[in-house]
Parts: sequence; C-alpha cells; structure tokens
Amino acid sequence: MNKVSKSPWLLHYDASSCNGCDIEVLDCLTPKYDIERFGIINTGDPFQADILLITGGVNSQTESVVKQIYSQMPEPKVVVAVGICACTGGVFKECYNIKGGIDTVIPVDVYVPGCAARPEAIIDGVVKALSILDAKQAAMSKDGR
Amino acid sequence: MVKIVFVLAYLILAPFLGALLDGVDRIISARMQRRKGPSLLQPFYDLGKLFSKEMIAVNNVQLLLNLSYLVILMIAGCMLFYGADLLMVLFILSTADMFLIMAASSDSSPYANMGASREMLQMMAYEPLTLLIAVGFYLTTGSFQVSDIIRADTSAVLWMPGLLVGFMFTAAIKFRKSPFDLSTSHHAHQEMVKGLTTEMSGTTLAIMNIAEYYEMILLLGIFCLFFINSTWWSWIAAILICAVIFFMETLWDNISARVKWKTLLYSCWVVTLVAGGVNILILMLDK
Repeated sequence: MNKVSKSPWLLHYDASSCNGCDIEVLDCLTPKYDIERFGIINTGDPFQADILLITGGVNSQTESVVKQIYSQMPEPKVVVAVGICACTGGVFKECYNIKGGIDTVIPVDVYVPGCAARPEAIIDGVVKALSILDAKQAAMSKDGR
Repeated sequence: MVKIVFVLAYLILAPFLGALLDGVDRIISARMQRRKGPSLLQPFYDLGKLFSKEMIAVNNVQLLLNLSYLVILMIAGCMLFYGADLLMVLFILSTADMFLIMAASSDSSPYANMGASREMLQMMAYEPLTLLIAVGFYLTTGSFQVSDIIRADTSAVLWMPGLLVGFMFTAAIKFRKSPFDLSTSHHAHQEMVKGLTTEMSGTTLAIMNIAEYYEMILLLGIFCLFFINSTWWSWIAAILICAVIFFMETLWDNISARVKWKTLLYSCWVVTLVAGGVNILILMLDK
C-alpha cells in the first residue's frame, strides 16, 4: 500500500499569530531547509491537504474558520500546532477574545512549542506528524473505508 | 501491426513516462533554486496517496467530467500514435479541454470558476496557432495524416521553423508553466488558491493528473512530428530535441513570473500572427 507519509501536502493557517511563527514556517521552504525533499508541498487548498499547520491561538473570529478548514480536509489528516500560542494560548491566554490553544477547537496531534518555533523544531514536528498520519491511514483501511 | 503496438505503448507507458518527466521537472526546478528537491518517483507517491484518500465530492458530476477529460485525451493520443488525421487529433484535444472546464465550473467555488474562465481564455490564446500547425503540415507534406507526415523525405521543421517557435511558445500554456499558468499552477501558492483544481480532491485530482500526463506525452509527440522523417536516426534526434524543449519549458517556468491575462492573449496572438502567419504565407507561395 502506498503510504500517505510519502507525499504529505501541507496547509498553513494563521489563526491569530504575530507572524513570527509564520515566517519560520516559510523558512522551512527555503533552500537551507527545503521541506520539499520529503515530498511536502505547501498547498493553499484544504481539499488537497493532509497536514493542517496552525500558528497562533484561536480567537472568536478565527474559530469558525479553523473548524471549517478542518472539516474540508479529507481523511486521513493531522493537525500540527506551531508556536506556544497555538499550543496553549501563550502570553495571550488570558485575553478576553482568545479561546486558548488550537486544541480548544479541533483535535491537535502534534504540539511544537517555541516563540517563535525554530524551523528545525517545525520540521521535527511535521516529521513526527507523518508517522501519526500513517497510523491513521492504517486504521482507516482496517475499518474498510 | 506496428501501429497497434504504438497505440498500446502510448496507452500503457504515457502516464508512467509523464510522471517520470514530472519528477525530473521537479528535481531540475529544485536544483535551479539550489534545493535538493523531492525524489524522482514523487509524482507516483502523490498519485498513490491521492487514490488512498477519503472521497470528498462536491457534486456527483465532477468525477465523471474528469474521467471524460481523461478518456477523450487518451483517444486523441491514440489517434496521433496510430498515425491518423492530425487535424482530428487537435480538434479532439480541444474537446477534452472543454470537459475539464466543465468539471471546474460544475462546483460553486469562485476560485474554481475563475480558473475555468481563465482556462477558456488560454484556449482562445493557443487555439489559432494549433490550427495553423495542422495547415502547415498539410502544405509541407501534402497530407493531414500523421503516417504520411513521418514518411516525408525531409523533416517538416525545415519548412515550418516559425510554426515550431510558435508551438514552443504556446506549449507553455498546455504544460501549465509560468508565465502562462493562469488557470492552475503546479506551484503552491497563487492568487486564487488552486484555480481549476480548487475543489478537486483525492481520486478526482489523481485522474486529472493522469490526464495531464497523457496530454504531456501527446504534445511531445506533436513536437516529434516536426523532426521525424523517413530516416531512422531522425526518430532519435526528435526524442533528444523533445528533451531539450522540455528542459527549456522548465527553465522558462523558473525564471519568469505569471503574466496578466491580456498579456497572455496578445502575446500569443502576436506570436501566432508573426511566426505562424508569415511561415504559412511563405509555404503557400513557395509550395
């Protein structure tokens, strides 16, 4: 069987990030880190994505968007929360408009802490997500879906 | 008998060859950007993954329309490799594209609809030259039949260099290469998500990709027609030149930015008129 981890397509969404983590995510695409060597494509389309990579905590405006993007992605899929804000809410945790980390809205598989998360840490997190992706695919085919 | 072998070889090998070429293209692009790039077999991994994904269909008809795109492209390719009428091949090729446009406009996504209208615009840009090429081959060799064209004493390119240049220019649209990748792009981000393929996922997208591989080989086959004559070595030369042309498309893709639709339309028509039209005029006067 062809493994989904051989060709993981990635969708990046900025829930309420200060853009620090977003720039580090884009760093992963540069010649120095080049995540395309894993077959990863940074796609903009939830219909074609396997990994949802979210930066920043969820606020009342992005909550519905996060939910919608997640629901538009076909199974198997994984969610990677990048940066401490996406993990727990970070320094904005107590703000009146912040709901908290991404896991307050959708299930998160991998947490990548850091402020901002370093490209090496993001790549490690994504590679860890790949094994979870494979496990989910195996479970899916076991169910006969 | 040989013709049947050619058709079978096209049907079986074209998607593999197309995917390999796509893999080569991605590695060369990566090297041009000083990256390592994915493995050569990456397009196969992508296809395998797409087929294994959950089926999210926005409607019932999109998969059917994409399948029609694939099947009609296969018919066009088979006719070319069988040695049938070139004019018919080109007409069927445009019919196939209409099914892709219908597939994209069958869903409600504004991005897909914009992609569909841009695809139609691209058709308007390259279609005149495509027809001129068929006329050029007729004036040069006296026949629309591919089997007659490849039996000519001299390569057709000697009589129609202008048309070759024009075809190289418009092939960038067909290969979906920058600066002409308006409707959808192989590259990640663009101003309208994924254009044509925005609402295609899993199997539907995989079928569209396979169809593109068939189309790629079909177009390279038409490029070969320019060079093949009755000698055996012209076949080898044609394949080598095709490789060069494909490399140039990749280079073009990496060094240019996407143009606006008006620039696309006007530049294609100017090239068609100047390179193609003058070439046809000379052929008509001389032959």
